[in-house]
Amino acid sequence: MIEFDHVTKRFGGHLVIDDLSLRIDDGEFFVLVGPSGSGKSTLLRTVNRLVPVDAGAVRIDGEDVLSRDVETLRRGIGYAIQSVGLFPHRTVGENIATVPRLLGWPEGDIRARVTELVELLRLDEPGIADRYPATLSGGQQQRVGVARALAARPRIVLMDEPFGALDPITRESLQGSLKAIQRDTGTTILFVTHDMDEAFRLGDRVALMLDGRIAQVGAPLDLLHRPANDRVRDFVGGTRARLRELAVRTVRDSMRVGEPAEGEAVDVADSLQDALAAMLAQRRDRLPVNSRGERVGAIVLADLVANGP
Amino acid sequence: MMSRALPVFVLSAMALVAAACLPFLHVAPNRLLSGHAVSPLAWPLAAAWLAVIAVTAVRIPMQRVVVTATAWFGIAGLPWLAGAEAQRILSDASATTRVQPGAGFWLMWLAAALLLLDGLRGRRPAVQVAAWIVAGFTIVVLAAAGAFDGLSLVREWRAQRAPFAAAVAEHLRLAGTTLVLALLTGAPLGWWVWRRRRADGVVVGILAFLQTVPSLALFALLIGPFAWLARAWPALGTLGFGGTGAAPAVFALWLYALLPVVRYTAAGLDAVPADTRDAARGLGMSRTQLLMRVQLPLGWPVLLAGLRIVAVQTIGLAAVAALIGAGGLGRFVFLGIGQGATDMVLLGTLAIIVLALLVDFVFQAVLAWTERRA
Repeated sequence: MIEFDHVTKRFGGHLVIDDLSLRIDDGEFFVLVGPSGSGKSTLLRTVNRLVPVDAGAVRIDGEDVLSRDVETLRRGIGYAIQSVGLFPHRTVGENIATVPRLLGWPEGDIRARVTELVELLRLDEPGIADRYPATLSGGQQQRVGVARALAARPRIVLMDEPFGALDPITRESLQGSLKAIQRDTGTTILFVTHDMDEAFRLGDRVALMLDGRIAQVGAPLDLLHRPANDRVRDFVGGTRARLRELAVRTVRDSMRVGEPAEGEAVDVADSLQDALAAMLAQRRDRLPVNSRGERVGAIVLADLVANGP
Repeated sequence: MMSRALPVFVLSAMALVAAACLPFLHVAPNRLLSGHAVSPLAWPLAAAWLAVIAVTAVRIPMQRVVVTATAWFGIAGLPWLAGAEAQRILSDASATTRVQPGAGFWLMWLAAALLLLDGLRGRRPAVQVAAWIVAGFTIVVLAAAGAFDGLSLVREWRAQRAPFAAAVAEHLRLAGTTLVLALLTGAPLGWWVWRRRRADGVVVGILAFLQTVPSLALFALLIGPFAWLARAWPALGTLGFGGTGAAPAVFALWLYALLPVVRYTAAGLDAVPADTRDAARGLGMSRTQLLMRVQLPLGWPVLLAGLRIVAVQTIGLAAVAALIGAGGLGRFVFLGIGQGATDMVLLGTLAIIVLALLVDFVFQAVLAWTERRA
């Protein structure tokens, strides 16, 4: 559990974080979203003390981060950033092994963990662990960055726009990998992004940050359906909010059970946005729905338009 | 193509003019008098070189190969020619007669070296190093075989072997001590300056100002304070401290060496991207671990490049230190000037140049080795 208790931070007289309080539960995928300069990166960096707070406290499991030895604290928290910051003179394997090595793990355990992470993050090109970062693509480098953050099995991982510099396809693939890993390991992830779609796609809960304060925090659908004020409404999408909502909800939520339909089927686990895309592609206003390969019902365009608040 | 051919053209012209118009050798009745010029080989050499350039001009790549090869032969061949010619002149002259290379020889030799440098450009480092080592080794072998015994420079050296060896040792000691001191103090200072950008202007400003003080003036200025120090603490005097001698010399050389070491240390630390530093700190590296595992390995080549400059600069500046009694090869230069003995001046100067080149070569080799590993 991460707890921000009336945290305030100024940079040269400019108020970056303004008396902010927030609680992040264990095993939660928590996304801080907001425009540039809203203070979201600064807030993230107070957790591993890269930024010292001016007032208030940041606690992990009830213990003030200031009371812990700073290096021990950081080694216990995963950290990944947009520019990756891989060590160019170290191989991929050595980069991933950074924290386990700092923690003094036995060499055999480190090797096993590196192999495991290389597979987990689908870096399974032969010999990739012995290559240098400069020979990797941007997406591969970012995968190494995530692997390095996860290497010592931290209970908390901080990620500062880790996929910001990637192309949309690579980004989606990495988002998928990360979400799956998080679900399997129960790691608490605090994730910073300025991309609203990314926030809604990944977050169990999302906090919108504006001018150093939390404008609203809640599940993605809460923010879409019940924006706290007009500024939140503008940020979560304005007229595009319904389109975003379709990305968060799945076919299972809106399908008509047992009804027939023509065309290529979509899966119950697909997002409604995917279903809409499939309808547009097939030029149909209703499509069959499959679950584990078996026909279970139909999804209808009129329902997508009419449903929701 | 033209830009590649131009250096060859200019350098060849220089060699031709040198061969045709300037004396290849000087013959003097003794080591102090200036002699008369002899250039027995000037015209044949000029003609042969012109022929090489002309014949090969039809194909520039071939010309480059031929010119480079001749230049390479010239490195060892020109001294050999001079030595053989000197031997011939001395065979029917008085015992005090001295034969020394003239301006023509030196210019041609320089042209050959530059042509070789140009010709080797773009080759693999191993090839370049091998070419120079073989050329240098040939000269050493020729010297050992007595091919240059007729030249007055060698006779001067034979006459002053012991003081010469001592001067080389002193010179290396002066430069070595300075370099170690500059590294031990300049690297931490560079790190400090790099950490506090605001201090950068002040420290670098002071050090840059020191660079503008002429070395002779700085050596002279230090005599007073160092003499006072030695008087105030006699214990220092027993350690060799005094107004003159090695202590103020090393101090002055150290002051000159500081700026480049500080600058290059800061540049080396800057070689690590800010994001890499952020990631390293965020993952839990201490400042020392960041320095030893990230900044030093990544910034080392830059620091080494700085040390190379400092080493060469210090070897050159150490010559002036002879004026305040610090010894070294500068003593040969200044004694030679005082006595009007050109050979002695030349002996000191050449030795300093060779030392500087050797040190430069060693640093380059280490640098190439580190970079290949990276």
